[in-house]
Amino acid sequence: MYLTVNGHTTFCYTGGKAFDPGRPSVLFIHGVLNDHSVWILQSRYFANHGCNVLAADLPGHCKSAGVPPASVEQAAAFVLGLLDAAGLAQAALVGHSFGSLAVLEAAAQAPQRVTRLALVGTAYPMRVSPALLDGALNRPMQAIDMVNSYSHSMLAPPPSALGPGTWLVGSSRALMRRVLASNSAHNLFHTGFKACDDYRNGETAMDRVSCPTLFLLGRDDQMTLPKSAQTLIERARQGRVVSVPAGHQLMTEAPDATLFALKEFLQG
Amino acid sequence: MPGYSDPGFDTLALHAGAAPDPGSGARAVPIHLSTSFVFESSDHAAALFNLERAGHVYSRISNPTTAVLEQRVAALEGGIGAIATASGQAALHLSIATLMGAGSHIVASTALYGGSQNLLHYTLRRFGIDTSFVKPGDIDGWRAALRPNTRLLFGETVGNPGLDVLDIPTVSAIAHEAGLPLLVDSTLTTPWLMLPLDLGADLVYHSATKFLSGHGTVIAGIVVDGGSFDWERSGKFAELTEPYAGFHNMVFSEESTVGAFLLRARREGLRDFGACLSPHSAWLVLQGIETLPLRMARHMQNTHAVVEFLAAQPFVARVGHPMLLTHPSHALAQRLLPRGAGSVFSFDLKGSREQGKKFVESLRLFSHLANVGDCRSLVIHPASTTHFRMSDEALAQGGISQGTIRLSIGLEDPLDLIDDLRRALKAAEKAA
Repeated sequence: MYLTVNGHTTFCYTGGKAFDPGRPSVLFIHGVLNDHSVWILQSRYFANHGCNVLAADLPGHCKSAGVPPASVEQAAAFVLGLLDAAGLAQAALVGHSFGSLAVLEAAAQAPQRVTRLALVGTAYPMRVSPALLDGALNRPMQAIDMVNSYSHSMLAPPPSALGPGTWLVGSSRALMRRVLASNSAHNLFHTGFKACDDYRNGETAMDRVSCPTLFLLGRDDQMTLPKSAQTLIERARQGRVVSVPAGHQLMTEAPDATLFALKEFLQG
Repeated sequence: MPGYSDPGFDTLALHAGAAPDPGSGARAVPIHLSTSFVFESSDHAAALFNLERAGHVYSRISNPTTAVLEQRVAALEGGIGAIATASGQAALHLSIATLMGAGSHIVASTALYGGSQNLLHYTLRRFGIDTSFVKPGDIDGWRAALRPNTRLLFGETVGNPGLDVLDIPTVSAIAHEAGLPLLVDSTLTTPWLMLPLDLGADLVYHSATKFLSGHGTVIAGIVVDGGSFDWERSGKFAELTEPYAGFHNMVFSEESTVGAFLLRARREGLRDFGACLSPHSAWLVLQGIETLPLRMARHMQNTHAVVEFLAAQPFVARVGHPMLLTHPSHALAQRLLPRGAGSVFSFDLKGSREQGKKFVESLRLFSHLANVGDCRSLVIHPASTTHFRMSDEALAQGGISQGTIRLSIGLEDPLDLIDDLRRALKAAEKAA
């Protein structure tokens, strides 16, 4: 479905079900050079099990118009604007990587509106090396290959987003290239990575979060090392940590384990 | 950048898609000869059917052994995923049937395997899908043949049997300008010689019967999606971008930004047409792929030796391999196929049709049969076998004469192959 968020048309995948404001809602926010489709399995499950699902394309990404968020704070403003646009007083927020910082900041700015907070593949600070920032700006195709390689951890992934026969390294690479190409006015790669690198409000934000928080981490994540989430984990008042056997793209490398952790956290 | 999850070709050929079996510890890929797979619960069953969870339900749709093959070939081709089929022809049909219906149009190369030519020229016309044929090197012809209802451009990486190299970068650019995908048959080149997706193709398929398996024991096919074609931007593929009543009103391009083709091909094509691959056959192909890099290197070494030998024989009128300066695709092959243009090629004898028959019947190591890409060397006479349904005019369009001999060079000692050919050439020459 399409919503108008902060004046811009925004695509939200609803998991194949019509939006029903009477149901509890879950917002899924993707990371850099990703889009709604990285949540295909988990979002379809919740949509078919009693929830409203809104898996958005961030502004300026793929089907969504607008200017891509240049900071975590701008991404958080989009998340809260999305709640407004959907007419939702409250929702559970699930974010991956850059998206995890966006939902953390949103939960800090409006704690009364967030019932559950799931930070998937998160880290704070989410540093990006100068070399990778430069690559994202000047050699994006090479940088995509580098990030993609570091984001996966296995040569024999289980049946995943496209079903059996999916080659996740290839599908992730194709998605990153497609998302990058979806916006000729802004380098979504560099903009997103710089926003991750620049974010400095993580500790303060975590202190403000009042709802239960899930840290869902990839055991073999080389992009956001599990130990790099420790700063946030230690400050979470109602924190829970689940580690799954996957790399950074745990939604596709460990789709069932990711689903089970989210299901227990959101509906358990 | 190579890394653990994105290693080199030779490593992928052995490991992509396969890990030690968690149940038994088996290191080799187990053959899961099971039609169906148990559900953990009713909720699990519903989630599998509704694509909320991924897994195996019924082996016509997917199978754990077959999925290893699909992941492996997708990895080798640089694709996002693959679907294995009962044959290469089934892969071609699945690709076409996923993208279009009656009233659609295809632009295809004239230099095609006879079965593919027959499917396009006769069979699909019966179902309302028309095809225009263009010589692979006629770049203006590809563009001129496009119609408003065209939905696909299609060719072979090296055309059968003349080895006309398809200029994939140029033909794919023509396709993409028109909002259309390019499908290529890469059977004769394999991903070891060429990566069509990197050159601009959108979909690649193989008769895995040939070099991918290499041992001549199995019929199999596979289609790989590069995930690069934007079906929504094209606006010509309602099959992928509009709700499909046949599967929960799913809009495949919303479900997956890059994988809409594979979603529909598996959920509709395999389900409804049913041309799935047996897991035993998938396992056989996997055994071949494990040695694909080693075999292809040897295929090319032997081919080089045989082509040089034949080109020096006075009784041979023409050798049609792009490694030769005289071949019309030589320059293109140098650019697109630096490791070689394959080990299947044709040559013409200076002699009658009877002398051609004598040549084939005098060979001892070369087996006279209708296949290519075996580890053993093979020979055939296209005009009387693979292309026998084609008219003389159509044969000529495909670059085939009545006296053309096609060879598939295997892995034997090249000196033995040359000796066999030398003896057969003498026998044919004496038969005048």
